[in-house]
Amino acid sequence: MVVQIPEMDFGWIVPEIAMTVFAAVALLLTLFRKKNSTWLFVEAMPLVGAIVALYFTFQTWNGNIDIFNNLYTIDNFGVFFKGLSLVILILVTLLSYRYIDREDMARGEYYSLLMFGTLGMMIMVSSNNFITIFIGLEVMSISIYILAGLMGGNAKSVEASLKYFLLGAFATAFLLYGIALIYGTTGMLDIREIAGYVNSGNFMVTPTFMAGLALLIVGFGFKTASVPFHMWTPDVYEGAPTSITAYMATGVKAAAFAAFLRVLFTAFHPFLSGWTYMLWILAVATMTLGNITALKQDDVKRMLAYSSIAHAGYILIALTVGDRTLSSTVLYYLLVYSFMTIGAFAVVIILGRQGSPNTGIESYAGLAGRHPVIAAVMAVFLFSMAGIPPLAGFMGKFYVLTDAIRGGYYWLAIIGVLNSVVAAYYYLRVVMYMYFKEPEAEIGAPDVSIGSTLAIAISVVVVFYLGIFPRLFLMIAHTSSAIFM
Amino acid sequence: MLPYLTMNPFGFPVLSTTIFMPLFGVLFILFMSNEKAIKVAAMITALLTLAVSAFLFVNFDPTTTIFQFGERISWVSSFNINYMLGIDGISIMLILLTTIISPIAVLSSWKAIQTRVKEFMISILIMETAMIGVFCSLDFILFYFFWEAMLIPMYLLIAIWGGPNKDYASLKFFIYTLFGSVFLLVAIIAIYLVNGTFSIPEAMFKDYTFQFQFWVFLAFGIAFAIKVPMFPFHTWLPAAHTEAPTVGSVFLASILLKMGTYGFMRFCLPIVPQASFYFAPLMIVLSIIGIIYGGFVCLSQTDMKKLVAYSSVAHMGFVILGIFTFSIYGFVGALFQMLNHGITTGGLFLLVGMVYERTHSRQIYDNAGLGKIMPIYMFFFGLFAVSSFAFPGTNSFVGELYVLIGAFAVNKTAGFFAVVGAVVAAAYMLKLLKQVAWGREDKRDIKDMNLREIIYMVPLAIFVLWVGLFPRPFVNVMEYTLVNLATQLDKVSH
Repeated sequence: MVVQIPEMDFGWIVPEIAMTVFAAVALLLTLFRKKNSTWLFVEAMPLVGAIVALYFTFQTWNGNIDIFNNLYTIDNFGVFFKGLSLVILILVTLLSYRYIDREDMARGEYYSLLMFGTLGMMIMVSSNNFITIFIGLEVMSISIYILAGLMGGNAKSVEASLKYFLLGAFATAFLLYGIALIYGTTGMLDIREIAGYVNSGNFMVTPTFMAGLALLIVGFGFKTASVPFHMWTPDVYEGAPTSITAYMATGVKAAAFAAFLRVLFTAFHPFLSGWTYMLWILAVATMTLGNITALKQDDVKRMLAYSSIAHAGYILIALTVGDRTLSSTVLYYLLVYSFMTIGAFAVVIILGRQGSPNTGIESYAGLAGRHPVIAAVMAVFLFSMAGIPPLAGFMGKFYVLTDAIRGGYYWLAIIGVLNSVVAAYYYLRVVMYMYFKEPEAEIGAPDVSIGSTLAIAISVVVVFYLGIFPRLFLMIAHTSSAIFM
Repeated sequence: MLPYLTMNPFGFPVLSTTIFMPLFGVLFILFMSNEKAIKVAAMITALLTLAVSAFLFVNFDPTTTIFQFGERISWVSSFNINYMLGIDGISIMLILLTTIISPIAVLSSWKAIQTRVKEFMISILIMETAMIGVFCSLDFILFYFFWEAMLIPMYLLIAIWGGPNKDYASLKFFIYTLFGSVFLLVAIIAIYLVNGTFSIPEAMFKDYTFQFQFWVFLAFGIAFAIKVPMFPFHTWLPAAHTEAPTVGSVFLASILLKMGTYGFMRFCLPIVPQASFYFAPLMIVLSIIGIIYGGFVCLSQTDMKKLVAYSSVAHMGFVILGIFTFSIYGFVGALFQMLNHGITTGGLFLLVGMVYERTHSRQIYDNAGLGKIMPIYMFFFGLFAVSSFAFPGTNSFVGELYVLIGAFAVNKTAGFFAVVGAVVAAAYMLKLLKQVAWGREDKRDIKDMNLREIIYMVPLAIFVLWVGLFPRPFVNVMEYTLVNLATQLDKVSH
């Protein structure tokens, strides 16, 4: 049999191709580059690559086509998340420029791995086939394993990398095992075929099938840092280079949630009601544990790690409700969450020095007096995370709550809002240090560069925009999630 | 177009102008660096806002119960959220209170605030925008936006310019109020899911099930009771007042506390009337406890500011009592008490602030015997003190009288205990007055009030006497709205 690949298929994956090419070129360019050279070709690669990829990604909006024998799918859901991961790539690259020189990380590898990671996310979010999803997940994960340990000579960074790799490999095994069990019972790998099969009537629920679903939830729970699969998160987030932490907390989480949502809402939606109880517990545990533990953190980076766990909990509320028409909430929340989180981590980066990251909360004491603008933008991000209007975080919280109440999950809604009150405490604590405490030690001038300024400025504007004028992106999120209806 | 809203008849959006005028001033202040210029700009902004709201007041039609000066723009269409504004007889009074207090606040902090003047003035003006916005909003989400937006500037006012224990007080204020607001959010969403709209007027007087009303009332009740604050949710108030700078206390007492009672009037009664009837005995008991408990705590205070703060708990008890009598007298009394408390207690906080600037102490003993040294000050202090315990001829007398008439008509026991509370109020205020006027004989070098201080106290004093002697014009403005509310409630109860 002759396998035919229609020529036009490649047109749909130009963004992915672009990412690959630019990543490879970045790697090659590094070879020809002298140490301390001021060439910026390598640095420019992720930006140019991301912009090119973004452009072609937007071209595929409303494409709605399956290519490569249904192994790959171009739909608005995928386009939304591809766009989001590319924007995250741009922001993370911007705030990496000064940072990786400061921490003396290998540039070529850093930027090309960043791009390969993004490539993994793009693949992962645009397929309805378990194998493709898994390949995407692995491309992403392996890049991140390396990136987390790229701060050579820093024991914490190496520990973070090793920990993430070992536990990540373990979680991957769970995921793969789950896929295998489901394949074993249904004989299918395409989630839409599985959906058709389980709805067809001649399908019997077997324990094996359910075990497969449970293992899938464990695997995705790990990647989204949901309690009780979150144990790696604080250490890895704290030890990894801060720019990579920002990348993990936003890009990886968004892509993992996207794949989770797609698998859960496409193939397993009929069984979701049976799993509601488990997801309910997962959501409550994730929010509560994340928030309560964050209360006691004296390290801002670590506090943000726990807060990102808590935010995953809020997103899980929307998943628990399990109404397919409401899945746009998850998309909107992830969008909002990504910008405010990157913004906060960007501030953490610019306050650091070579050899002293200054992530302790005492380093923030008196920041408002010395650097009012930095303190003000940090306050904006923190208030947004706390969900205070008119900032974007409020809108995210509002939609999640609306979903929960609409679905009749009153207790979930109440636990959610109480959690947001707890969260306000530790976010405000940082604000208090910035504004009202006298500085304990001189931490020197902030390490501001054009890149980080740009990243922070974009994040601030978006946080205000999404908070005050949510209409446009809400509509986009709605259109994107229309694939589930 | 809409049965409950007449559109704005003017060529410009008059309510939006009122709301965003202070924010517009902030835009200019952002680019200024001279402290003097910043103060002047803030003052001009506040006065312009006052002018616009006066225009609003003049053109207000008191003979209709429909919301006026309406504006309506679609905001988030997929959730049916609108930018919808409109005012009635209740909100116009509170808007006016806000726009009068704001320039006074700016003027009173002219000398008292020495550090970060720019940030201070910006905070005040943002607060003003948010406060006016709360009273104008006819859409739940818009309302919640402004309601929460108040939190940050108020928090900053306490936390940056506050007293020695400001960390604790500001955090307690923030967490406490946020705790209340999130329940408000839940209730709002629940109402939306039943009605399919966030419009506040459309949510009023509908046939919700009792169970639904019960839970919505509880959620509203927690949010508003914390803001009022009602016993037993009042503990954040003395802490916040004691640590806040004078202006912070004035805003807190004059306007922020009114948000809670405004919420009860605007949301609880019309939206969940049956539950309001059901909970009325509890609310009345809590308000009586607040009145008596607040009074007795005042009796034992040695700190002037704390005394005034606790007296707020008692005064707000009267407001709640008036609201939950469900009678027209109670409503008029409650609304009057809201205004009176804003003016009188705001004035007392300003006076305490003045003496603190001179003696750097708020202890009654340190500030005793000022009668001979500061005659002008003593005049104002005496006037506001007697107004505070509802001396006939002052504004609070009118309000309390209405509330008591309403209360006696409903429940004689409640009326009796409220009168006891009023007597206790006279006791602690006279005790304070006696100490401050005649407590000590020694000569001290303290200057009397200067012209600037007199200028901003005079309007408040005029209001105290005007309402006290001739309240009719004010009653006229609020009458139709409140009568309408009372009749509607009466219909529901049968």
